[in-house]
Amino acid sequence: MTTEHLPALQVVVPLLAAPLMVLVRRGTFAWLLAMLVSWATLAIALALAFQVRADGPISYAIGNWPPPWGIEYRVDGLNSFVLVLVALVASVVAPYARASVAAELPRDQHYLFFTMFSLCLAGLLGITITGDAFNLFVFLEISSLSTYVLIALGSNRRALLAAYQYLVLGTIGATFYIIGVGLLYLMTGTLNLADLALRLRDVDEIRPVLAALAFITAGIGLKLALFPLHLWLPNAYAYAPSAITSFLAASATKVSVYVLLRYYFLVFGVPLVFVRLPMAEVLIGLSVLALVSASLVAVFQRDLKRMFAYSSVAQIGYITLGMGLANQAGLTGAVVHMFNHGITKGAMFLLLGGVSLRIGSTRLERVAGLARIMPLTSFGMVLAGLSLIGIPGTAGFISKWYLVLGAIERGYWGLVALIVASSLIAVAYVWRFVEMAYFREPEPSAAKLDEAPASMLVPAWLMVAACIYFGLDTSFPLDGARLAAQVLLGAAR
Amino acid sequence: MSFTGHYTYWVTIFLMIAGLYIVIARGNLVKKLIGLGIFQTSVYILYIAPGKLIGGTAPILAASFHTYSNPLPHVLILTAIVVGVATLALGLAIVVRIREAYDSIEEDEILEIDRSEGEAQ
Repeated sequence: MTTEHLPALQVVVPLLAAPLMVLVRRGTFAWLLAMLVSWATLAIALALAFQVRADGPISYAIGNWPPPWGIEYRVDGLNSFVLVLVALVASVVAPYARASVAAELPRDQHYLFFTMFSLCLAGLLGITITGDAFNLFVFLEISSLSTYVLIALGSNRRALLAAYQYLVLGTIGATFYIIGVGLLYLMTGTLNLADLALRLRDVDEIRPVLAALAFITAGIGLKLALFPLHLWLPNAYAYAPSAITSFLAASATKVSVYVLLRYYFLVFGVPLVFVRLPMAEVLIGLSVLALVSASLVAVFQRDLKRMFAYSSVAQIGYITLGMGLANQAGLTGAVVHMFNHGITKGAMFLLLGGVSLRIGSTRLERVAGLARIMPLTSFGMVLAGLSLIGIPGTAGFISKWYLVLGAIERGYWGLVALIVASSLIAVAYVWRFVEMAYFREPEPSAAKLDEAPASMLVPAWLMVAACIYFGLDTSFPLDGARLAAQVLLGAAR
Repeated sequence: MSFTGHYTYWVTIFLMIAGLYIVIARGNLVKKLIGLGIFQTSVYILYIAPGKLIGGTAPILAASFHTYSNPLPHVLILTAIVVGVATLALGLAIVVRIREAYDSIEEDEILEIDRSEGEAQ
């Protein structure tokens, strides 16, 4: 009985938890509830994922209004995978957030933090699960507005300007998206994504559809930090509270990538986007620029949070690269990299949160000798760094392997060289951390500091362990990604 | 398909470009938000105008009426207006906090303060 309502519960549970936290106004209660809620969403997401793998896509009519008139929640092989990623990251970040938030925010703001966290989670899950173009916009704004608040909660006053800039750019992005949806609605008279795809085939007047494609690409490109629309990202990640940096880096941009994937492959369709228009070349070109330039910029950063924020821009480049390749191997690489980069960067930022808690800063010169002071944190960061580079045996290797396969299949040998070259640049910035942490003496004032508290270290190490585990036993993410790629290419439903 | 037949689109595009221009060209944080508001408003017209048919009535089935206006865009834009209000409110709240922290709402001044602070470190 309840299982048929799982798609609705996926969003409703975190959405209802948020006002409850505001009513009770207790930090501890809010934290416990946020933790429970995120675990519940993970259980629901996993249940949905296994149900989809066994029985095919699930369609859920909100309020029992049959689609395409009512809002449809639709779970298929693609978005069930993204749901699991978002819920997984949330359920690791929620227990971690307690100690991190206690150190970074004043006491009376704790419950608000967890309220916004739940709202953001509800928004991200909603974007992923909904099958309605306008409903997607509403969830996009729910997640974005709560994200702006969460970034503004950062302890440095620069967080305020970062949040403001992200608010302006994010709103422009969301408005571009809604302009695109409006044009599509004018042409077809429907907002249901599946119905939209069917009706778009019969549209003769192609120009408004092309305009819609352009608006949606630019709008969602802003949200996913597609190069060169990534300028909001480094500041937002650098000044947000540690737990939020980790949560956003691991989930928010991935959800936007998912939206773009859905529009390109399942709404506009490959014949329009990749055959009639040169979007493959555009995407690959921008991705390559992101890979090389953002990696190079990352090498010269003096703050670790900023360094890995720029590295995120580069890593998103890998995902959009797989998207541009648009073949089975490339798309598998793109989708599996959403997952692998999510857990890798999640782990990295969780560990950095511990560093900023103990050292009080994440600036590179301040972490000298970190391996003596915080051996577990440092070692975890090295492992996550290896996964970022894509060393065999880590999760990052699997995704790059598939991207390289996809590039070879297309005959783009230069691209293969560029993927390898950008991994080498990643070696350079990870090495800068390793050199600082392992080959320098700690400052006398820092020598007495402790390892990060267990409540932060355990979730962070869970993520690190996941980076290694999913590099060795790849069945779960790879099966999911293969199915997702088949859904995108129309080979499976 | 004359110029006047499409005038709602011209209004929409004018507001869209004007709003976006203000966001980009102005350094005052409040003025930027005003531009953002104008930009969002243009979308309201983009949705609502095509929903209206001249001579159309509300979509209530009756024997004497044959043309109906589409109510769905209005409902959608009601939601979009709520989103726009929330965005503006949050944006202004952040500007208030920025003014408390920096004692300025001019973007170039704030960036200047940040830069000089960065050199001092």
